[in-house]
Amino acid sequence: MAGTERVSRSGDVPRDDDVVVAEAAAPARELLDGVEDLLDEIDEVLEDNAEEFVRGYVQKGGE
Amino acid sequence: MRWDHTDEQPDRDARIPEVRPDRPEPVIGDAGAANTVLTSGARLYVDHAHPEYATPECASARDLVVWDVAGERIMEAAGRRAEAALPPGSTVHLHKNNTDGKGAAYGTHENYLVPREVPFGLLTRHLLPMFVSRVVLTGAGRVGSDAAPEASFQLSQRADFFEAEVGLETTVRRPLMNTRDEPHADPDRWRRLHVINGDANLCEVATLVKVGAMLLVLRAVAAGALGDPTELEDPLRAFRTVSRDTTLRATLPLTDGRRVTALDLQEGLRDACADLVAREGARPGEELVLGWWTRLLDTARADPAALGGLVDWATKLAVLEAYRERHGLGPEDARVRMLDLQYHDVRRDRGLHHRLVAAGRVVRLTTDAEVERAMTVPPEDTRAWFRGRCIARFPDAVVAAGWDSVVLDTGAEALVRLPLDEPGRGTRARVGDLVEEAVDAADLLARLGGAPELPGQLA
Repeated sequence: MAGTERVSRSGDVPRDDDVVVAEAAAPARELLDGVEDLLDEIDEVLEDNAEEFVRGYVQKGGE
Repeated sequence: MRWDHTDEQPDRDARIPEVRPDRPEPVIGDAGAANTVLTSGARLYVDHAHPEYATPECASARDLVVWDVAGERIMEAAGRRAEAALPPGSTVHLHKNNTDGKGAAYGTHENYLVPREVPFGLLTRHLLPMFVSRVVLTGAGRVGSDAAPEASFQLSQRADFFEAEVGLETTVRRPLMNTRDEPHADPDRWRRLHVINGDANLCEVATLVKVGAMLLVLRAVAAGALGDPTELEDPLRAFRTVSRDTTLRATLPLTDGRRVTALDLQEGLRDACADLVAREGARPGEELVLGWWTRLLDTARADPAALGGLVDWATKLAVLEAYRERHGLGPEDARVRMLDLQYHDVRRDRGLHHRLVAAGRVVRLTTDAEVERAMTVPPEDTRAWFRGRCIARFPDAVVAAGWDSVVLDTGAEALVRLPLDEPGRGTRARVGDLVEEAVDAADLLARLGGAPELPGQLA
């Protein structure tokens, strides 16, 4: 079983008996495709008061 | 909804033989405490200073992924609701992460039901190398280190904070193998393995493999299918080594003098689990886990960076590096640290992980519809079904609930505490009709047989 590649039906949600691994998505290579658009979006949503935010980010108590 | 603390024994230590106490009187939490049990069977509460969500009991790793993501959505909704109650312009940021980057860590605890007859010492010897090596797939990634100034990026958010191999504590001298033995179930049959060394994952594939691989390894330990444990010379040091190596090539010394990589250890465990499944058959959900576990290991072996879009640390690292390059930022610039934090923001319009998901750059295993349903509906095949549906059907009669009980006020003189000692009972198949057809809590009790005590016999 280990090492065998199984083929997927794209768009399906794999259920217990309906197993397998989405081959189609191949996200690894796509993660940074069109990276400029992605970085533009990050610039847009990233908190602009980064220094202050990071400085004030302190956990108090708990586990 | 209050919490039933009656059976809680957080100080019970798996290493110490137990004298079983008499069943105590009910101990019900304060009505004022920020603590609630949801109709999904989950628990939502404030743990000291932060909100905490505990999924309902799930019978498969994939179900756990669904109810874990449902927890993110519940937190997102809670944050929005809090914002509405605050002065205009206030924002609430909730991060699903494990460290503040300033020396504090907070856990994402996994809990596994393990048959009592599996010796704890044997479990420990097999699980130490599992805990250390799984980081290459399950680490959430973090900028910097509290312990090693030279480490500008780590795979694990937690590795800096562990100081013992085995122990009872969770907040000081944290042990890789936690010995808390509080099964929330019949203690003669079950122990609860309480795992505190893992990270909170946003990548659904990482959550699936984190939990699913553990379930397979636990099955293999119980079946005696792993052979002699592979013993690391220094598991704590190895944990940090693996965490600080993004090449996945660092070798870890074993007690027999050999050196192996984390991937070698993972592949060995995966192979043994796959052989067991091939020999004795797959249990529900196991093939899905084996498929993804194998795909991640093969990807990591070929090119660790190709784990981007599948697991959190590699996804975060790829984005961090591209962002640093664009803006010419140093490795620990405030904006880089901000990006690290914001990766974990549970708001889908602001959280960087969620922006990557929306852009189709990260693999999802769940659908929005099933996650939304899991915010209010329990898994069908564990006792969470009974707990959650009782709360949904009879909200005024359920005065408290816990992992192993539901306490009902039927209008009679005394409260009735229904023990749920068997996590696999109280399922929809066993009690669904009974709970759905009962007209009120008294009727429910009558249908359950009228017995005030049903220890572990529900259904």
